[in-house]
Amino acid sequence: MSLLSIRDLHATVGGNEILKGINLEIGPGEIHAVMGPNGSGKSTLSYVLAGREGYEVTRGTIAFKGKDLIDLAADERANEGVFLAFQYPVEVPGVVGMTFLREAYNAKLRYLGKQEIDAMEFLKFVRSRAKTLNMSDDMLKRAVNVGFSGGEKKRNEILQMAVLEPDLAILDETDSGLDIDALKLVSDGVNELRSENHSMLIITHYQRLLNYIQPDHVHVLAHGKIQRSGGKELALELEAKGYAEFSEEAA
Amino acid sequence: MSISEETVDQVKKLEADKYKYGFVTDIEMETAPKGLNEDIIRFISEKKEEPQWMLEWRLKAYKHWLTMEEPNWAKVGYKKIDYQDLYYYAAPKSMDRPKSLDEVDPELLKTYEKLGIPLKEQELLSGVVAVDAVFDSVSVATTYKAKLTEMGVIFCSISEAVREYPELVKKYLGSVVPHSDNYFSALNCAVFTDGSFVYVPKGLRCPMELSTYFRINAENTGQFERTMIIADEGSYVSYLEGCTAPQRDENQLHAAVVELVALTNAEIKYSTVQNWYPGDETGAGGIYNFVTKRGACRGDNSKISWTQVETGSAVTWKYPSCILQGDNSIGEFYSVAITNNAQQADTGTKMIHLGKNTKSTIISKGISAGRADNTYRGLVKIMPKAEGARNFTQCDSLLIGNTCGAHTVPYIETRNPTARVEHEATTSKISEDQMFYCQQRGLSPEEAVSLIVNGFCKEVMKELPMEFAVEAQKLIGISLEGSVG
Repeated sequence: MSLLSIRDLHATVGGNEILKGINLEIGPGEIHAVMGPNGSGKSTLSYVLAGREGYEVTRGTIAFKGKDLIDLAADERANEGVFLAFQYPVEVPGVVGMTFLREAYNAKLRYLGKQEIDAMEFLKFVRSRAKTLNMSDDMLKRAVNVGFSGGEKKRNEILQMAVLEPDLAILDETDSGLDIDALKLVSDGVNELRSENHSMLIITHYQRLLNYIQPDHVHVLAHGKIQRSGGKELALELEAKGYAEFSEEAA
Repeated sequence: MSISEETVDQVKKLEADKYKYGFVTDIEMETAPKGLNEDIIRFISEKKEEPQWMLEWRLKAYKHWLTMEEPNWAKVGYKKIDYQDLYYYAAPKSMDRPKSLDEVDPELLKTYEKLGIPLKEQELLSGVVAVDAVFDSVSVATTYKAKLTEMGVIFCSISEAVREYPELVKKYLGSVVPHSDNYFSALNCAVFTDGSFVYVPKGLRCPMELSTYFRINAENTGQFERTMIIADEGSYVSYLEGCTAPQRDENQLHAAVVELVALTNAEIKYSTVQNWYPGDETGAGGIYNFVTKRGACRGDNSKISWTQVETGSAVTWKYPSCILQGDNSIGEFYSVAITNNAQQADTGTKMIHLGKNTKSTIISKGISAGRADNTYRGLVKIMPKAEGARNFTQCDSLLIGNTCGAHTVPYIETRNPTARVEHEATTSKISEDQMFYCQQRGLSPEEAVSLIVNGFCKEVMKELPMEFAVEAQKLIGISLEGSVG
């Protein structure tokens, strides 16, 4: 059974239809890459999956672990195991990263009807996760994303993902704005988390991230629809030919 | 200080009962007849077994009050108060001066237990906090008195201080807030019933937090408490007050006066967690909190620091101030004021620089939600002799939703060219991006607001004594319930 099953998904933003019939199946442990030109609806897809307000599903279904996701609020989806690594991580002034992460972790435990984690125990757990990712947990001592460099923000997202251990992680243009070192660090983190329990949907404009993270499937999204699907070789083909073909197809 | 999970915890737990302190203690009360006149003042004075000079001072204040008009410059609106329709004295009948805690009415002890303020010393926070409990017009009990007396610290109700330490009271009473100061303080001078008195002797760093817990219980009764803290040369004291009241449909008046005096090299840290009943969503009921708080840094190198977390009351009118008389003296004001639903707050501070090289810092965080109005009003005044005076002011306002208001009204007056005065102000809203980010990490909308607001207030919250910081964080979450979604 698929972990995530999207059928004929149509969605509007501010009355404009952006997604026009998406079909996508993601199985447990699979990594899918969704590529496409600017304005194709990539980020809209990630927000629709995460349940952002203002992104309205007008037709179709999203089943996650057999549950209908559309009826759940954003926080419920998160606690069910959907994680979105933001393209533009948001600043939360005055809230220390470690606290933020612990609140999030405990919210999920409460949702699952489990006992909350002790602060010291949590600290140890986060340190061990950071170590596996070869990252410093120093940024968790600062207010969430405040004064972070672009690279730090993205690393912070990956660290949060590693701690929250989602069933499905959606990485929305995580590679944008990263230099080659930061890109490598982030990709190593993602590869470290790769397992049969963690599926990923990687949304990207460029192929270069896929040099570091090998996807099982690649999809091309254009004009609100998946135009083509294939293996990782599709990404290379896109790199060579660009997206021109898809703008013609649609026209 | 970090925002604890308790914040979020508490919000969840209390979803059902929004104001958990709203209960009423059923206890037989002795009240003065309704209304205000000289006889009522004589009645109060007699009840308190006061000396003649005290009664005369009250009557002088009353006569002056009669000539005054209620101030209307604050950005608040409320029903006119009928001062003849109030009780000015209400005390539990059983409270005829019990000698020890064992004689205190068990019903009262139960009330304080319910409020989370155990009055039996062995139940208190491992001996770090001494508490004076004021119920309507009288002090119920003061804990750790003996231990404090040994060190030379006087911590008792002000009624007791008038009887036992008349010289000290006479010397300082009205010396910071004179009987003619303003309408509400003049009223307080005439009819004040109880409050706390603290004297810390020379050179002593008071090892305990001193705390007063004010409770309004009786109906149609005003609470007029008066607190005085005197820190003698080179001493230090940290003091905290907490306040709650039952949930009632009619408004109740609370007009307190607090006077602080810090002598040479002395420091007073005064923290308030104000959680009077705020009224319901429609604006019915709630406390009118009209309070005059002022501290005098009389001696050189003295310091007074006000920290307030204001979450309750229907209407707040309050400007804890510092008069920086001594050279190099320091005044600080850290404030979080939260207004939700129909609450109104007009609050801020006054920093009056008289001495050389005096310094003041003002950090104000106002949060508005619902249909509430939140105003920061502050005065920074540098007098001609205040050579090298400095002030830094930061006023930040946070809006939740589209129907509330935030206002900043700073007054700056400098009469000395060497003064340096800085004022920074921001107004922001909790952004949809922040909400979505928090929710995407699993926090409910209310948990997200509580977390974001606690982050916004962090600079002020870290000034609170540890024992009370957690409580204050919870309160912020609770008072903003229903502000989203």
